[in-house]
Amino acid sequence: MKTRSFVLSVSLLFAALSPHTHAETAPSFKLPGAHSAVSLEAHRGSVVYLDFWASWCSPCRKSFPWMNTLQQRYREAGLTVIAVNLDASRAEAEHFLQSLSVDFTVAFDQAGQTAEAFNVLAMPSSYLIGRDGKIVHQHRGFRQKDKAAIEQSIRKALGESV
Amino acid sequence: MKLPRSLLVLAMLPLTACSTLADITHTETVKPWDRGLLAQDSLQLEPDAMQSYVDDHIYFSREASTGGKGIGGGGCGCN
Repeated sequence: MKTRSFVLSVSLLFAALSPHTHAETAPSFKLPGAHSAVSLEAHRGSVVYLDFWASWCSPCRKSFPWMNTLQQRYREAGLTVIAVNLDASRAEAEHFLQSLSVDFTVAFDQAGQTAEAFNVLAMPSSYLIGRDGKIVHQHRGFRQKDKAAIEQSIRKALGESV
Repeated sequence: MKLPRSLLVLAMLPLTACSTLADITHTETVKPWDRGLLAQDSLQLEPDAMQSYVDDHIYFSREASTGGKGIGGGGCGCN
């Protein structure tokens, strides 16, 4: 009886710890993009910076020029920036996109299914997905002071010297 | 057998209490990506910060003797 309760408590402990010790696999998705469909599977093997945004979210607007920079700086090293739009109307998203230059992949998810799958808790939210498809790093919101830390984790995921 | 009306009411009371409680505790959370309408300027508590600042300034200058928008008096000793 004593051993059984010990085994139970140990297994419970492992169950409680496991989400933290093992990186979660990013839920796969296939969404309409600006020109063709965007899927996460297609980018397996490269590091993906996945960002969830909406046209009404002002920090999202601030993050766009920076995501351009990221894409340009690390394209050669194997980084793909995918920005998933969560606007209820695509017209509003298009209007937003016309006012900015966008140098990365944009996908549209009006129903918010991917946001649900990734359990997005704030706007914007970003997920760094490693070459093996596992979520390496996640970030809520966008502040200027967070940029260095995010870039550092991108470099680490790319296997570059930090 | 006919039950007294008051007894029937008493028997029904817990039922209504339950449904009200369920109504109170049942909350529908708005998803972060569904806050587009709430983010509109017209739905902010202070749509125009400068306008509110000017309004407050004028109000305070007129009502300073009663403490303006605050709770303290203006120093006249009359309230």
